Amino acid sequence: MISEWIVAVLLVLGAMFMFIASLGIVRLKDFYMRMHASTKAPSLGIFLMVIGIIVFFFDFRATFEGLVIILFVFLTTPIGSHMISRVAHSMGVEKDKNTVIDELDEETKPVQKKFPEVVEKIQGRKKDG
Amino acid sequence: MIILNYSVIGVASLAAFAILTISMMFAFWRLVRGPSLPDRVVALDLMANLTIGMIFSLVLFTGEIVYLDVAVFIAMIVFLGNVAIARFLKRRVNDQ
Repeated sequence: MISEWIVAVLLVLGAMFMFIASLGIVRLKDFYMRMHASTKAPSLGIFLMVIGIIVFFFDFRATFEGLVIILFVFLTTPIGSHMISRVAHSMGVEKDKNTVIDELDEETKPVQKKFPEVVEKIQGRKKDG
Repeated sequence: MIILNYSVIGVASLAAFAILTISMMFAFWRLVRGPSLPDRVVALDLMANLTIGMIFSLVLFTGEIVYLDVAVFIAMIVFLGNVAIARFLKRRVNDQ
């Protein structure tokens, strides 16, 4: 009885996380922000739903396949999104105008130019240490 | 109310299916509209994840664990598609 409720709550919670991801992919302004929204939240949603399935069946096969799915999703999603965002940056996909630091861009590449006081503070700390 | 005929898990999986369908519509909107090509790739990635979630709710609705294999293969193939598209775009950028 109580395991039924646990499975139901986990399932709906995972679906809500995926819904948040799709809200992010519609509402956010920038390609990079959209990628940030659409790669993290679905991983957590899939994780919660797999936990629900494991609790529901509670045998070897469900546990094994669920762990395989979690492993694949958690290993491959960051790699794929990293590759695509690098390629998008080299293609010149436009950024939001409020972007502060872009480490790959030539103009803003040295952080020293943008925040000299922070760099001075860090260097002073290094000298002290 | 016909929904009262289902168990708790049946109602929950139907609700999850409805939520995922709405999310799929949003992702499809971004896939059609997206200003650049990487936007569309990200939307496709999200749609694949939503498909995996739909298969999970189908597994819990029917109680048949066989459908879980489909989710495993989708999780494998999506990564290959992403990497292939990224390689292709990278080569296209380098050629220019």
